[in-house]
Order: sequence, then C-alpha cells, then structure tokens
Amino acid sequence: MGKTFAEKILSKKSGVKDVASAGKTFAEKLLAKKAGLSHVVPGQIVTVKPDHLLTHDNTSAIIGKIQDELNEYGVVDPNLPVIVLDHVIPAANEKIASNHKKIREFVKKYKIKNFFDAGTGICHQVVLEKGFAVPGSLIVGSDSHTCSYGAVNSFSTGIDRTEAASILLTGETWLKVPETIRITLKGKLKKFVSAKDVILHIIGDISSSGANYCSIEFHGDIGQFSVSDRFTIANMGVEAGAKNTVFQVDDVTVGYLKKIGVKDYNPVWADPDASYLKELTYDISKISPVVACPHNVDNVKPVSELAGTEINQCLIGTCTNGRENDFRIAAEILKGKKVSPDIRLLILPASKTVFENCLKDGTIEILSNAGAIILPSGCGPCLGAHQGVLAPGERCLSTANRNFKGRMGCKESEIYLASPATVAASAIHGKITDPREVRK
Amino acid sequence: MRVWKYGDNINTDMLFPGKYTYTCATPEEIKPHLLEDLDPSFAGNVKNGDIIFAGKNFGCGSSREQPVLGLKSVGIQAVIAESFARIFYRAGINQGLVLIECPDAVKTYSEGDKIQVDAKKGAIVVAGKLFSFPILPNEILAIRDAGGLLAYTRLKLKKTKKVLNPKQHTITR
Ligand code: SF4
Repeated sequence: MGKTFAEKILSKKSGVKDVASAGKTFAEKLLAKKAGLSHVVPGQIVTVKPDHLLTHDNTSAIIGKIQDELNEYGVVDPNLPVIVLDHVIPAANEKIASNHKKIREFVKKYKIKNFFDAGTGICHQVVLEKGFAVPGSLIVGSDSHTCSYGAVNSFSTGIDRTEAASILLTGETWLKVPETIRITLKGKLKKFVSAKDVILHIIGDISSSGANYCSIEFHGDIGQFSVSDRFTIANMGVEAGAKNTVFQVDDVTVGYLKKIGVKDYNPVWADPDASYLKELTYDISKISPVVACPHNVDNVKPVSELAGTEINQCLIGTCTNGRENDFRIAAEILKGKKVSPDIRLLILPASKTVFENCLKDGTIEILSNAGAIILPSGCGPCLGAHQGVLAPGERCLSTANRNFKGRMGCKESEIYLASPATVAASAIHGKITDPREVRK
Repeated sequence: MRVWKYGDNINTDMLFPGKYTYTCATPEEIKPHLLEDLDPSFAGNVKNGDIIFAGKNFGCGSSREQPVLGLKSVGIQAVIAESFARIFYRAGINQGLVLIECPDAVKTYSEGDKIQVDAKKGAIVVAGKLFSFPILPNEILAIRDAGGLLAYTRLKLKKTKKVLNPKQHTITR
C-alpha cells in the first residue's frame, strides 16, 4: 500500500534505511495512532475514526443527502457530531430559518449531545472553548477552516458535505498521510505587529498553493504566542492550501486547557529527526504590519505601501481574529478616539464567552464609545450572507481570512485583510493606516 | 476515446461557474455548463470514456461538488494531472471519479498519442511508454467501484445491519 511512493520518498533522504524506525512528523505519528498502525508514510491512505465531526448551518444540506439511511440506521454516535449554528444567525430570511428549524428537529430526534444554537459563537471558536479540540485528537469538519485546532495540537481538517454525511452514519473516513512543511519562527514580534501579520507574511511568501496537501508544523519561538494567536495562524493554513496546521503543546497550551477545564489528553509531536518536504525559517522580529490586497490572500503588501487608501467599512472579529486579545488591542488604539464618520466599524466577537469577557473588562464599552457597531457572535459579514454586506465600489478592511471577489456579498467591492491593530487604527482615519503611527 | 488537455491551476470556477452553484444540482443541470469558462467545446463533445490531462493544482478553489459530479456523470474515464487540490481530490474519490497523479505521463503526452489507463493496476501507457502510479488501497477502490462514498456507505451499512438485525433483507454484493 503506497509502497512505490514511500520508497521514492525514502530513497531521497540519505541515511534513512528503515521506515519503522525513521523519525516521524506530527502528522505521521498522529495518523498512525488513529489508524491503529505502528507507522505510516506520506502518500499512504488510512482509515480513521475522528474524535469529532463538526458541521454548522450546512447540517441541513448534509442530512438531506441521507434521509432514508438516517431513518433506517440513525446517527452512529450521538457524541460524535458537534453542531453549531453560526453562519447566518439570527436567521436572515424564511429559508434560513427553516434550515435552522430542520437542524434543531434533527438534534432532538437523534439526541445529538453537542449542539450549540445561534448566539453561542462561531463554530471553530466553540469547538476550542468547549474543549472538543484537545492535544492529540483528530477532528474533521465540513468547513475549510476546521484546520484551526492545530493551535492546541489537534489534527483537524476540512472535508466536503458528502463525506460529512457518510461519517454521521459510519463514524469513520479515510485520510491520505500528508507530507510536512516545517516552519521555524525566530525572534520576537515588535509592538503592534501580530500573529495575523506573521501568517499573512508567510502566505505572501509561499503563495496560496504553497502548502497544497501538506501538513504545516510551527517550531521555534512560539512561547510568545497565546492560544488565540496560534489559532489565528492555524486558521489561515488552508489559505496556503494546507491540510492541517499544528503547534506543539507547551506551558501556554497547558495553561489554556486548564482554564477551560480540559484534563485528559495525549499530546503528539514530531521527532527531532523527522523528514520534511521543506523547511522554512522566518525572522519575525523583522516583520512589519502587512495587508492582503484584493482578490487573493497571497497578494500581501506592507501597510506602508497602502497607507492613505480610502475605506468604507472596517470589520474586527471572525474566527480568525475575534477573541479577547484582538478586541483589547483594538480598544487600546481606539480608547478616547472616534471612528471616522465615513466608516462603519463592525465588531464580531467569535463567541458569547468572548463578548462577555470583553464586556466585563470594559473593552466593549471603549469600542462602543468610539462608535463601533457590536454584532451577535456568528459569521455575519464574513461570508456576505447578511449584516454588513458591501455595495459596488466599496472597500472593506477586515480581520477575516479571505478576500476573494464577492466574499462579502458584492462582486464589485474590494476586501483588504489585516490585523486588529491595523483595522482599528484605520477606522479612526477612514484610510488604511499603520497602527504604529497612532500609538507609539 | 478522446483526450482533453489543459494547463496548471484549473480552478473550480473554470470547471463549473460559481453563478450556477445554487441553481444546478443534478447531472442534467450541470452538464451544459461543465468547463464553460475553460473550454466551451467540451460540454457538447465530451463522450463516455474520454480522458482529461491537466497540469498542477487541478480543482483548486471552492469546495463545490458540481465539477466532480459533472465529470463523473458524462463518463470521464480518468483525470490524469501533475497534482490535484486536496478537497477536489477527496471529492473525486467520494463521488467515484478516477483521479490519477502522474506528472511524467502528463509531460510525455502530446496530441494524438494513444493512451491506455488501468487504474486497478496503477499503469498508464502513453504512446507505447509505460508509467506507473501508486495503486489506491482496497478501501478506496471499493468506494469508487460502489459508485461513490454514499453508495459505498449504504452497502457497508447493509452488511452491518445483516448482523445486527437478521430480520432485514440481505445484499448480494
Ligand atoms: S467567521 Fe468566516 S471564515 Fe470563520 S467560520 Fe464563519 S464564515 Fe467561515
């Protein structure tokens, strides 16, 4: 099985003689463990039982494919699915309301344990906060940003709806063992430069297909990144084509998991002598704030080159940058200031918990006083379904992860992507602004 | 049998324009728009058993299922590419469409060459030259042979059910 490919790979690497005893990457170790095999090699296809299956508003389309089978066999395990209503909440029209209703009925009928109704948060944030994503786990989801949970050492990846339907019935699926790219981050980030700038910088460098079909491991000086920062980075792995993106468990991870009450887990990490497809190193002390320009995520430029570009709407939030630290940095910049009268500043907390924490510490009050519109915790403007859709000719500066044409609901609009600090600074001036200019 | 040859980075919008995503779902609805923005002659002339050769990153972009459903339903025997985008590759297997990564075969092919594909043996013959590619494991081949993932899942469930509930009908395959 996959021998020819394996032999080819191994013959490339001098000194590696024996497949079983050779150093392994995170993906190789984790997938071997989940497939019940002693070892696996890149290119091999394994059958695995994921720990969880994530679906969201698309649950209604998924169960629609297998109505007869559900009636006959039911859901394989009521603990397996994690269903979060987030994409268009509260429902924007009758059709969406009916979909939500169908999902709620499904949840009741099959006694699905992990259901989170509209308002709990964006699916990926909910999976993290509620402790479904734990080190060494395997999670698949019918959403491409499922890759985010590598932030806490989970192997997580996106699948299509047909596959989600099948997993609901059988509890298992197949995965191809990916090759791995090792990225080492060296040095310390400067003030007002963030995890978002790091990942945008990397995607700008390797391109939007630079990690196609690969697992990405982050190594180096990662202790400076919170779990939230790591989530931002892992979230955007798919924008470089990656299958999954992952960090090692360290004190930061352990501290976070303790705080949310997660105790049982078995971290997995690469061997020091693992073989990689590519090894890249970035000196992040040299990175400055950047912006991804329309209409591709890899069209990345330093903010200084774009300074002065007029904008109509700003969005801070989404699953990429909608957590406490993101809003606190925005509040630090916006405190005592006003959003430009030519701008709508939308705040989209990734979850109700995030919202409440920001309410308690005064962050929301600062943002509101500055003139921001606070939206319910969901996807809203990010996918252009409702809340903050753009008009032709308008420009939005956003902390989301995609700037594809039409993503925010209008083909003739433009989306620029940046960090929360850059978006907050720009909201004050109504123009793209370097955050380092506002507060030094 | 005809061979259709395309270049690198053929995205799902070229294979099936996004504007039809919410109006076309069945093979009949999909077929007239297949490869519309890439090769307008394709939909009208494609025949059962035809082969597609393509470059790198075939099927990148959105995860919509229509391109795969469409190519499968018009009877494409195999798509042979230098590489595939991952969600497209999975969807190919899940819908029972044969996708083969074989850069050497793609680079060797020139118009008019005779092609033979044996997906089960992992072999392609281009103009008399033999190229091999790794054979997929039985589980994946079984998904393809069943006609896609949901068909396969149905067969699997029926087998399991036979054990769990002897009253139910059995299957012969
Ligand atoms: S916030 Fe945006 S990127 Fe994240 S899950 Fe929602 S729609 Fe997708």
